Amino acid sequence: MRPVKYVLAVKGLSKVYGGLRAVNGVDMLIPEGQVRALIGPNGAGKTTLVGLITGRITPSFGAVSFLDQDVSNLPAYRRISMGMGYTFQITSIFAKLSLHENVALAARRRGGSVSQMDSAVRAVLEEVGLSERIDQLAGDLSYGHQRLLEIAMGLVQKPKLLILDEPTQGLSSGEVSAFKALIRNLAGNTTVLLIEHNMDVVMAIADFITVLNFGEVLAEGTPDEIHANPAVQSAYLGGGDAGT
Amino acid sequence: MEFGPYLLLASMEGAVTAAVLALTAVGLSLVFGVMRVVNVAHGEFFMLGAVIAWYVASTVGGHPALGFVAAMIIAPLFVGGLAALADMVFLKRIAYDPERTIVATIGLLYIIQQVTLMTYGPDARPVVPPFNTRLALPWFEFGENGFEIYWPWGLSITSYKLFVIVAAGVILLGVWGMMTRSKIGLIMRATQLDGEMAQAFGIPVERVYAMVFGIGCGLAAMAAVLIVPIQQAHYLMGGDPLLLSFIVVIIGGLGSLPGTVIAALLIGMSDGIISVFFTPTLAKILATLAVALVLVFRPQGLFGTREHD
Amino acid sequence: MTDMTKSLSLHLGLIALLLSLNWLLPSYHHGNLARIMVLAIYAIGYNVAFGYTGLLSLGHAMFFAAGMYGMALTVRHLGWSPAPALIAGILSGFVLSVIVGLLALRTSGVAFMIVTLMFAQSVFLIILYFTEYTRGDEGFVIQQAQRVMGGIDLSEAHNRYLAALLGFGVCLMLTWFLVGHPFGKTLIAIRENEERARMLGYNVYLHKLGAVVISGTISATAGALYGLLFGYAGATFATVQYSIFPLLWVLLGGAGTLLGPFVGTLFMFYLIDFTSEITTAYMLVAGVALVLLTLFAPQGFMGELRKRALGWLP
Repeated sequence: MRPVKYVLAVKGLSKVYGGLRAVNGVDMLIPEGQVRALIGPNGAGKTTLVGLITGRITPSFGAVSFLDQDVSNLPAYRRISMGMGYTFQITSIFAKLSLHENVALAARRRGGSVSQMDSAVRAVLEEVGLSERIDQLAGDLSYGHQRLLEIAMGLVQKPKLLILDEPTQGLSSGEVSAFKALIRNLAGNTTVLLIEHNMDVVMAIADFITVLNFGEVLAEGTPDEIHANPAVQSAYLGGGDAGT
Repeated sequence: MEFGPYLLLASMEGAVTAAVLALTAVGLSLVFGVMRVVNVAHGEFFMLGAVIAWYVASTVGGHPALGFVAAMIIAPLFVGGLAALADMVFLKRIAYDPERTIVATIGLLYIIQQVTLMTYGPDARPVVPPFNTRLALPWFEFGENGFEIYWPWGLSITSYKLFVIVAAGVILLGVWGMMTRSKIGLIMRATQLDGEMAQAFGIPVERVYAMVFGIGCGLAAMAAVLIVPIQQAHYLMGGDPLLLSFIVVIIGGLGSLPGTVIAALLIGMSDGIISVFFTPTLAKILATLAVALVLVFRPQGLFGTREHD
Repeated sequence: MTDMTKSLSLHLGLIALLLSLNWLLPSYHHGNLARIMVLAIYAIGYNVAFGYTGLLSLGHAMFFAAGMYGMALTVRHLGWSPAPALIAGILSGFVLSVIVGLLALRTSGVAFMIVTLMFAQSVFLIILYFTEYTRGDEGFVIQQAQRVMGGIDLSEAHNRYLAALLGFGVCLMLTWFLVGHPFGKTLIAIRENEERARMLGYNVYLHKLGAVVISGTISATAGALYGLLFGYAGATFATVQYSIFPLLWVLLGGAGTLLGPFVGTLFMFYLIDFTSEITTAYMLVAGVALVLLTLFAPQGFMGELRKRALGWLP
């Protein structure tokens, strides 16, 4: 039997700011095709951990390996071009460029002809429901639509690992269900690391959950296991921060 | 002259340069520190101080000291007021955007310089120093008669130059006192740390900015009034102080006042002493290149520590 | 017509118009326009860094001067003929921009502005230091006999005009091609949102370096052509003022537009020409223009035009 292939393997990852350990000895293995959710109370170190994985932040200790290759010393753009897709927590788009150009900038990294690129752009904008606005300036979109554009920019890269940092923040409930459907469509094909506050979303689409607390992994398991875990409940779900 | 006395003379001249430079650069540094903008027109406010000093001194008449004292009061006030006005009319309107501020102050540089050319004219004009006694300086040697003090020919400084050094020191102490001891200083430091937070606590940030810009440029004007009896007022005299202040502020660590003063002493003294060994042009080339490399490889300055942004 | 054919015909149309003006203009304006076209090349170069990549340099005079002296010194001291001398000038700018880019791009924003200013100041001082060879402030004339390229006398008015137009046309179309190319589009993305571009997998540093090198090399081309066509090289062209000029031209014409550099140079040239007849303080106009543009029209002329009417302008 073929051994399980891990897209992302994080080992002993730590980040120390002054005396404070924002992330402390985190181990994490994400197998191919999984939708992994990363949850935890505010200040648990989720954003720092993601920064360490993408290379935006340099770690104090530990290693990150991506597609069986040690990427600990690679700058962010190299990791991205190896196949990490990243969507920003605070919407970060090219406000003065058209939707088409926003997505095209993401798509061009993959090479291919102009017409292939163009059809990929149109397809992904169709997928997130923004195809009618293809020639608008991204800055003129509503906040919810900007978030969808951001996701489209992640998707069009056909990443080996798609990292979504709080993608549903600020979305209306209708948009949230559309988002859930979108990710379910990906299931099995794309490996996803989802940082998310909304427990409804997590419970609905995650295959596996990692709970972070005070910079350390508190628990790991399937949604049902996490839901039943008393330590998680007291640290997090009972903290009034949960959506369920 | 022998080497030893010559070096002493060079360091005395260097101290005068350093004193004036420290005042000018502290003005620039204050503006950068509190407002996070670079005022490229700083040298022109310096020039304006010198030109106004000439106008005041030539209008007042009587004993030179009268005109000088009047200039020392009027020039910084006028220049400071003008700068505060420029801040409110121009910089506030572009929301202190760092890059646009630089472009706008380049524009301001040419406006001030060219208007001075149109009104004051292209001539260099002197201001008579309030007092100017020549003080001979002693040197020593170990000769046939053992340790001996003598007065080498040409080794001297004027009482006015000594006064410049002392006056600059006093003004700098005043600035330091204002920043650390007074309520205005506290408000400025609060604004420097976090403009939005200061605003939330009811500090009128816009007025603080106008005031800081005024004080910063006023300091340059004071420096200019001090130097004008030695150097003469000319509409193009702003270039060198600007460049040297840049160098000093960068080496001292952007926005750090103590760092700025130390760097001014270093640059001012070495400017005098280096010119003994190198041609001035070569010294300037090395200094500018060194400063560029400091910014590239050690942006916190030689004396600063890296900030958390 | 697609946007692309529209913009292509507009730019080729401008070149054709300028060509026809060679036979139509009275000699005073004919001479001015030749000068404006060469200076517009400089502005085009500056615009690649400032307008398209968002890199505000205060030291581009060093590239202009590198081109000018790379050309002029080889003519004067090595007796080179115009063609290789021109190439020497362009190569000097290329080498200088690689070095300056590698160093200065470790900084950004205000620090980048000051670092470029300092490097340019050093270049200016170096020219003064080697006065023996460069004749410093005074500069030196390149004799008419040294300005004959392949039998064509470049000091003759029409030849000079056409040579200026050739240089201008090549550089204009080069940037026209650049902004349509993925590389150029990435530069725009970096200008708009550097962190986003990086997190799409772009090597931001390398792209910026490319922009500085293209920008510096085009600026050097302008410097070399200017020296050759007008027969003079002097340290004035390396002063801070000559770093401010392209900024002013580009701001006025519209940063990040292809025609902006030409429009801005044309307008400013005549404005200063007109003012300097009235007063020696003609730089006042430049100062006032800088302040007004920053305050009221940061998009410049072509930028406003694109925003209001012609969205397809590149």
